[in-house]
Amino acid sequence: MGNAIDIQGVTKKYGSLKALDNATFSVPEGMMFGLIGPDGAGKTTLYKILTTLLSPDAGTATVAGLDAVKDYKRIRAEIGYMPERFSLYPDLTVNENLNFFASLFGVRVADNYDLIAPVFSQLAKFPNRRAGALSGGMKQKLALSCALIHRPKVLLLDEPTTGVDAVSRSEFWDMLATLKEKGITILVSTSYMDEARRCERIALINRGRILDVNTPSKLVESLEENLYNASAKEMYPLLEALRSLPGVKKCYTFGATLHIVTENDFNPAGAVSRLSDMGLTHVSISPAKGDVEDLFIKLADNG
Amino acid sequence: MDNDIAISVNELTKRFGDFTAVDNISFEVRKGEIFGFLGANGAGKTTAMRMLCGLSYPTSGSGTVAGYDITRQPEEIKRHIGYMSQKFSLYEELTVIENLTLFSTIYGMTDKAIREKTAEVFRTLGMEGMRDTLVKEIPVGWKQKLAFSAATMHTPEVVFLDEPTGGVDPATRRKFWETIYRASSEGMTVFVTTHYLDEAEYCDRVSIMVDGRIKALDSPDGLKNEYGAATMDEVFRIVAKGAQRGD
Repeated sequence: MGNAIDIQGVTKKYGSLKALDNATFSVPEGMMFGLIGPDGAGKTTLYKILTTLLSPDAGTATVAGLDAVKDYKRIRAEIGYMPERFSLYPDLTVNENLNFFASLFGVRVADNYDLIAPVFSQLAKFPNRRAGALSGGMKQKLALSCALIHRPKVLLLDEPTTGVDAVSRSEFWDMLATLKEKGITILVSTSYMDEARRCERIALINRGRILDVNTPSKLVESLEENLYNASAKEMYPLLEALRSLPGVKKCYTFGATLHIVTENDFNPAGAVSRLSDMGLTHVSISPAKGDVEDLFIKLADNG
Repeated sequence: MDNDIAISVNELTKRFGDFTAVDNISFEVRKGEIFGFLGANGAGKTTAMRMLCGLSYPTSGSGTVAGYDITRQPEEIKRHIGYMSQKFSLYEELTVIENLTLFSTIYGMTDKAIREKTAEVFRTLGMEGMRDTLVKEIPVGWKQKLAFSAATMHTPEVVFLDEPTGGVDPATRRKFWETIYRASSEGMTVFVTTHYLDEAEYCDRVSIMVDGRIKALDSPDGLKNEYGAATMDEVFRIVAKGAQRGD
């Protein structure tokens, strides 16, 4: 088994801004691989290079064994791409969009229908609706169907679930899992950390640099921070109060509680009594286990 | 009308032909509350929000926002609310100060009030250095706080936030929510939609719309108790599971 995607020392500048700075990583064939990083980290630039829409200033990128510069025409037949913004034709109907993409790639919808059936069958109820009139979740399913209709080897998804509700998102990821089973390699970026957890491996990217590549659980293990859960009846005042306490390096919201990152000498019991003295009620602080979300915040802060 | 109520909705309904987008919803939002308005795609949130903002006339039912009647005083409502969405909030080709001035002028603020308010915004956001920068050139985190400021230049009683953090990374989302907390602690009522269910945990109360109706409404803790769930994510999945409308 080779690598479906291989990126070696890729640099891309826009004027003086280095969107990608000597980025290197590879994605083995058949893997579900996540690209995780703050807004402006360089994710979309990387997608544009892999889809041959931009050329790197330095370094090489190959997709399905083809060079992103020299073999750009051949690569386009091997990849399926969902860009960050909805990019289908809003004035064409559901069926017209699908047929259009099929004809661009010289394939017939019927030949590859088995691949898109689990996704497209949910749109089959309204074949004649204009794509622009679909809801967010349905647009995304149509975009995925169009990206798959030529049976690509590699699927490149740039934040495909933005604006999609939690139930539709997990359905979408179930579909990605079945595509992976069929041997399709998937590179996906996301701002939802529950989705990052569903990837086999993730690359952390910030300021154009690849900071680490590993499984989500290995990356979380490498966090090495003193992490606590904190809660009180008054959550926003608690957030502000915690930031004023000695030994607290960072404090941020974490679902129903707050997470605090502390120095080694932080004393939780002492902090609880100080916070209570400050007028907060039902204060509780207990050790917490790190998560991909914590990893992300650390990554964004160190940017 | 109770003086503590910012939004009150009674049996509000909107039909398009034979399709009932919003089906007989009733609820109240207290002044200064952060109210999370959740629902699956296509549940009817946007249609409901448009009626509350005076942009769409209800088929039946009634409601008031900031003390004004949504059927009889839509223009008054528009003057007393703020609105921000991820999709459109600021003019990218205008500078920061031009955007703030434009929004303030649309809201009919005096030149003096605009000068004072923009100075205050620059001070609180620490954005003095970006005054003359084009909006398209500032980072997304700043853009969000700026969009919120632009939507609240006229100090509205209620601000509607339609997926304000859609597609925004976890670190930036958190910073934006601190802006929401601050506004709420200063007495502004916040009506917010989101698909990030950790954000629902930060709301005072949350409603979940399914197929045009409000199927659940309570504080996050109340909902978690009611549905035997550990997180709002679980609550949402249980409540939204039976939805018939994906569209």
